[in-house]
Order: sequence, then C-alpha cells, then structure tokens
Amino acid sequence: MDNNPNNNILEEVTTGEYKYGFYTDIETEMAVPGLTEDTIRFISAKKEEPDWMLEFRLKAFRHWLTLSEPEWAHIQYPPVSYQDIIYYAAPKKKKELSSLDEVDPELLETFNKLGISLDEQKRLSGVAVDAVIDSVSVKTTFQDTLAKHGIIFCSFSEAVRNHPELVRKHMGSVVPYTDNFFAALNSAVFSDGSFCYIPKGVRCPLELSTYFRINAANTGQFERTLIVAEESSYVSYMEGCTAPMRDENQLHAAIVEIVAMDHAEVKYSTVQNWYPGDKEGKGGVYNFVTKRGLCKGRSSKIAWTQVETGSSITWKYPSCVLLGDNSVGEFYSVAVTNNFQQADTGTKMIHIGKNTRSTIISKGISAGKSNNAYRGLVKILPGATNARNFSQCDSLLLGDRCGAHTFPYIEARNESSIIEHEATTSKISEDQLFYCNQRGIDTEKAIGLIVNGYAREVLNKLPMEFAVEAQKLLSITLEGSVG
Amino acid sequence: MLLNIKNLHVAINGKEIIKGLNLGVNKGEVHAIMGPNGTGKSTLAAAITGREGYDITQGEIWYKGKNIVEMPAEERANEGIFLSFQYPVEIPGVSMTNFMRTAINAQREYRGQAPIQAGDFLRMMEEKKKLVDIHEKLTNRSVNEGFSGGEKKKNEIFQMAMLEPTLAILDETDSGLDIDALKVVARGVNQLRTSENAFVVITHYQRLLELIVPDFVHVLFDGKIIKSGGRNLALELEEKGYEWIKQEHLV
Ligand SMILES: Nc1ncnc2c1ncn2[C@@H]1O[C@H](COP(=O)(O)OP(=O)(O)OP(=O)(O)O)[C@@H](O)[C@H]1O
Ligand SMILES: [Mg+2]
Repeated sequence: MDNNPNNNILEEVTTGEYKYGFYTDIETEMAVPGLTEDTIRFISAKKEEPDWMLEFRLKAFRHWLTLSEPEWAHIQYPPVSYQDIIYYAAPKKKKELSSLDEVDPELLETFNKLGISLDEQKRLSGVAVDAVIDSVSVKTTFQDTLAKHGIIFCSFSEAVRNHPELVRKHMGSVVPYTDNFFAALNSAVFSDGSFCYIPKGVRCPLELSTYFRINAANTGQFERTLIVAEESSYVSYMEGCTAPMRDENQLHAAIVEIVAMDHAEVKYSTVQNWYPGDKEGKGGVYNFVTKRGLCKGRSSKIAWTQVETGSSITWKYPSCVLLGDNSVGEFYSVAVTNNFQQADTGTKMIHIGKNTRSTIISKGISAGKSNNAYRGLVKILPGATNARNFSQCDSLLLGDRCGAHTFPYIEARNESSIIEHEATTSKISEDQLFYCNQRGIDTEKAIGLIVNGYAREVLNKLPMEFAVEAQKLLSITLEGSVG
Repeated sequence: MLLNIKNLHVAINGKEIIKGLNLGVNKGEVHAIMGPNGTGKSTLAAAITGREGYDITQGEIWYKGKNIVEMPAEERANEGIFLSFQYPVEIPGVSMTNFMRTAINAQREYRGQAPIQAGDFLRMMEEKKKLVDIHEKLTNRSVNEGFSGGEKKKNEIFQMAMLEPTLAILDETDSGLDIDALKVVARGVNQLRTSENAFVVITHYQRLLELIVPDFVHVLFDGKIIKSGGRNLALELEEKGYEWIKQEHLV
C-alpha cells in the first residue's frame, strides 16, 4: 500500500530522551590534553604515517596558529580552550586479535546498541559501513565485495598506508588547510574517517556509510573523509553520528572533501545526531564542520542532503564548486533546533563553469529557546554563462521564544545567469494542531507529523535506510517543545 | 444519555458566545441544529470537542457518564467524539494515508490495542473510500491540500467512516456540496447509523435533513437553544425563516 517508508514512523516514537547517550567503559589510549607539535607527532606516529603526511599536518598546524576563531556566525558560546582538549583517543586492543577482521566484542556491542551491526551477515543488505569510534576506525564491512568492482572503501588511515598516491593527489584539493580556522585545525590533528574511491564507469552497488561515535570524555573528534568519483561513476554515501551525554561541551571539527570527474555523480547524506545538550543547554557537541564538493568534470553532479537534529552548536555549510561545464550542485537541508541549540548552516554554490546549475532547499525548524540560521552564498563567476540557481529557504517556528534567521548572499558576475530566491517563515497553526487532536492524535505526535510533512521534500531525498531514522529523529528532537 | 449538556456557557477571549445551553442526545438519535449565522453553532461543536481557547465558564458536558469538560481534545476523540469540520484544515506534506493510520493507531493505543496491520488498514481504506465515493488519488495526496471545497467535505465523512465514532458532529458538511455529493455524504452517514451511535448535524438547509432524517431539530440563537421540535420544525424554518422564533424568544 503505502510503499513510501517515510510514512509509517511516527507512532513508533515513544521517548523524548536522547537515546544514544550511553558511554562504553572501554580501556582507551589517549594523548595528553593540549595541542603542540608534539601532539601532532604523537598522532602521526600512532597512525604509523609516512613523512609527507606528518609534514602536511605540521604545515596546517603552523598555519592554524596564525588564525583566530571565526565570529561572523549567528552563534554564541564561551571560548573553546584548545589546550584542554584531548586530540587522540583510541580503544585499546585487549589481546592480540587472531585476524585483522576481528573486532573487540565490546566495540561490536557498542555499535549494536547504536543499531549498527558490523556483522556482514546481519547487516541490512545494500549498505557497507565504516565504523569509527573516537580517533580510529574499528571496522569497514563489505570491503571484499566492493573490491571486486575496483571500489576502495576504507578508513582514512588505511588509505594513507595503502593508497598514498590517491590520498596525496586529492587530500586538500577541495578544502585546503588554509581554508578556515577549523579546517586548519582538522588538517593538523585529524584522526580517522573514511576514504572512498569509485573507479571510472562504476556504479557503486552498495550504499556506503560511515558511523562516527564519540565515546571518551574531554576528547575532540576530528574526522576527515575523502570521496573520489572517477569519470561516469556513481556513489551514494551516508554519514551518521552520536555521542554520550556529558555536561561538558565536546568539539567536533570535521572535513569532508568530494571530487567528481566528468559525468560522475555523488550523493552525500548526513543524519547528524551528536548529543545536543540537556534541556538547560548544558553540554552537547560543538559541530564545526567544513564540507565541500568539487564538480571537477563536465556534467558532474554532487548532491548534499542533511538532516541536522543534534549538536548544541552547528556551524556547517556543505558546498559545491561547480567547475566543470554543465555540472550540477544540490543542497537539501532540514535543520531542527530545540531547547538551547544553535544552528548556523547553509551552503555555498560557486558557479565557475558554463551552464552550471544549483538548487538549494533549506527547511529550518526552531523550537524552545533555540536559534536557527540559514546562511547561503550563491556566487556566479564571470565565466559561468547561463548559470542557474534556485533557492528556497523556509523556516518553521514552534513557539515564540525561538529564532529563525536567513542570510542569503548573492554575487552574480555574469549577466546571463538566472538566480531565484524564495523564503518563507511560518508557524504551526492552532487549526492544524486541533485538527490532529480531534482525530485522536496528541499534540506531540501532531507536531511530529506536521514537521515531517513540512520537511518531506528534503526527507524524500534521503536513501531509504536513512529516511526512517531521520523521521524518528525529527519527532524526538521536538518532543517536549510544546506547552 | 450519550451526551448531556447542562447550562453550558462558553466564552472566547472573555466574550460569552454560548449562554446557558442545554442539549441531551441519546444513542441511536439524530439531532439537527439550525440557526442564523454567528449564533454559536460551531462554537458549541468546538466546546464539545475540547478546542483550546473555548473557555467553559459554567455548566457541564456529560458524555458516556463522564463530565468531559476537563478532558483533552485527543482523549475526547479517542472516546469516540468526531467532528466533521466546517472548514477542514490542510496539512502539507502529510499524506492522507499516513494521517489516517496515525489517527487509527492513536485510537487503538488508547484502547490498549496493537497498531493496525498494514493489510487490514489497506482493506479498511478501500472499503470506506467506496462508501463515500472518494477518489483513489485523494488519499495519496497531502491532507486536504488542493482539495476542492466539496472534496474536503467528503474527506471529512471518509475520516468519520474510518474512525467509527460514537458521537459524530457534522458542522455544515452539506455547505458547498453539489447534489450528487450531498447524496453521497447522506448515504455515508445513513450507512454508519446504528442504535449505538448518535449524530448532531449542524446545517442551514432542509434538503440535507430530507436525506438524513433527524429525530429532533433545535434552533440555536444567541448562544441558547430557543426552540426544539421534530423534523417538521426544519420545514417550518425553511418556509418562514428565523424571524418568528426570534420574536417568540424575545417576548
Ligand atoms: N476565535 C474567535 N474570536 C472571537 N470571536 C469568535 C471566535 N470564534 C467565533 N467567534 C464569534 O462567535 C460567534 C459565534 O460563532 P460561530 O462560528 O459559533 O457561529 P456559527 O453559528 O457556527 O455561524 P455560521 O452559521 O456562520 O457557521 C460569532 O459572533 C463569531 O464572530
Ligand atoms: Mg459555523
């Protein structure tokens, strides 16, 4: 009947608690808190990296020292003390594991509790997972299956060891370490993340996904992901994340780089569910992320879809550089903030090639005392003849103590370009709520239903496996937001 | 008595709209409520169904032996009170199917039943769609979004058929319907009538009451029921208008 999986979720939601807030007591090896060149040498040594990698890190670190934290975003937080953060934490191996594939059962259990099975037999068919806890990847599933197609899907550390030429060629080519404060920091201290390489002409038969878990206290998570799609290839990649509930704030500063060659297509989906802090605004993850895709080839396409429900602060602008002629960039976003959460998120679409097209659909939902800002840049360079952009930014307010802000920046330097921008702000109407109530649906469920309806256009862009999860999250995030 | 309203006073923003209304409805009965525009018919429906902002300043609403004045709206609905809205509301992005399943499951949860099986739900939808002659396409669309006026009203009756209420209040469900649609709505109501449920039909027109034959007709004026009678009262009103009753009332 209703074969759209998006449509049968809400009734399953029963708890408003952050469900992933547990902590696994595992022996963890850590760096001493603080950030110096020695910290970086320590991380690099732990990862048994080649010299060129260490050099890259040190250059980034020296550059970072010259920078100061950006202050232009519509967010407020006390200064982060970078010298108090632990920059490397890895679960200790208990014993010599008999095979490379073997994973500490306690870690398997942790991921099971998060709903991520690392057992290929039990895993949802059609999805390969790279599981990252704190600073290291613990397992990547279905590597053999993928290898048959020439696809490389492994942790970033593994890629540095086994595919140095690919990493050296592309790392930093989309987000150079000089890009911004957090990108420089990440480039200096990044721990683990995923590397995907799809060879020419290959359509990746599985959804690739990385699941990030912060576990240890006082640590920062600095992952780095690189996706390279060669000519006429296709891949759909998903990213999920959670963290324990803690009173202190934790820093997460990631970099994601995507390169798409001629006619290649990359779909990157995120369901971001870092711990958002408690109802009083205590604790939560600072999510400062730089994500950018380069449509390098002709007619290449990169689509970002994000559902942002977690983190106490989100600062992220997944962007597309449309270099190849006829290339296409898309950004679909739902950002929900409740209680004291703050989000400043959006995208940048940089049109360089001819006939480049971009679409931006952003749905912000604010509740409680939260603040939700859309910030987007559409830039048309002189060579981008016939470039087109369509942007739609909608905000939905729940209650009257929250804020929604829209900051669209448009720079058009080619007269043949067409840019359309639409923006709306709305509230859930009393009429809609009563209509649901009158059908027996309580107000919290009604809000979940209405909000999911509002975000439908974006949710429909998510891969099936994620759509269900995302819908549940939207409802849970907003529970307790009325009354 | 299924519904027993005693000396009901309802105020909106401090302004009294219902001013001492009494109404008793037994199972198996159909009551029609008529009256000039703006006299409080929809306000009465909102008060019975528990809409916020409709303050009950005095009086009681007894339903199934309980005074429900303090009961939240969704609980009243789950206890079997249904309102066919005078102005049905649009909910963009929420499919009728999803909406209906959420409602059915809310009702089932309230009654301690497990969520409905997908197959059973599908069969139920098919069956009830036929009852009100509703288009396949409409249930795939978002709730009331882009529905014509008449389609919205039919959709209300479709939802009523799905939820099988004990007490259904139809607020001008006939307004804006063409003659065929009117018959469809009436047929729907008549097929759902049993000795165990009751209907309160708010209407301005006698022609609906020819199709849904009421046991009682009440005239609501200035927040009170000022005259009650049998089905013939509706005919009389159609002929003579409200002026004579108003006069009678004022004397
Ligand atoms: N939210 C509101 N705020 C202020 N006054 C209201 C509100 N809702 C209704 N009223 C007033 O209450 C009175 C009764 O309204 P109600 O909608 O109940 O009338 P009705 O009998 O259903 O009329 P109609 O036949 O036109 O549907 C009207 O004077 C109306 O203006
Ligand atoms: Mg009315």
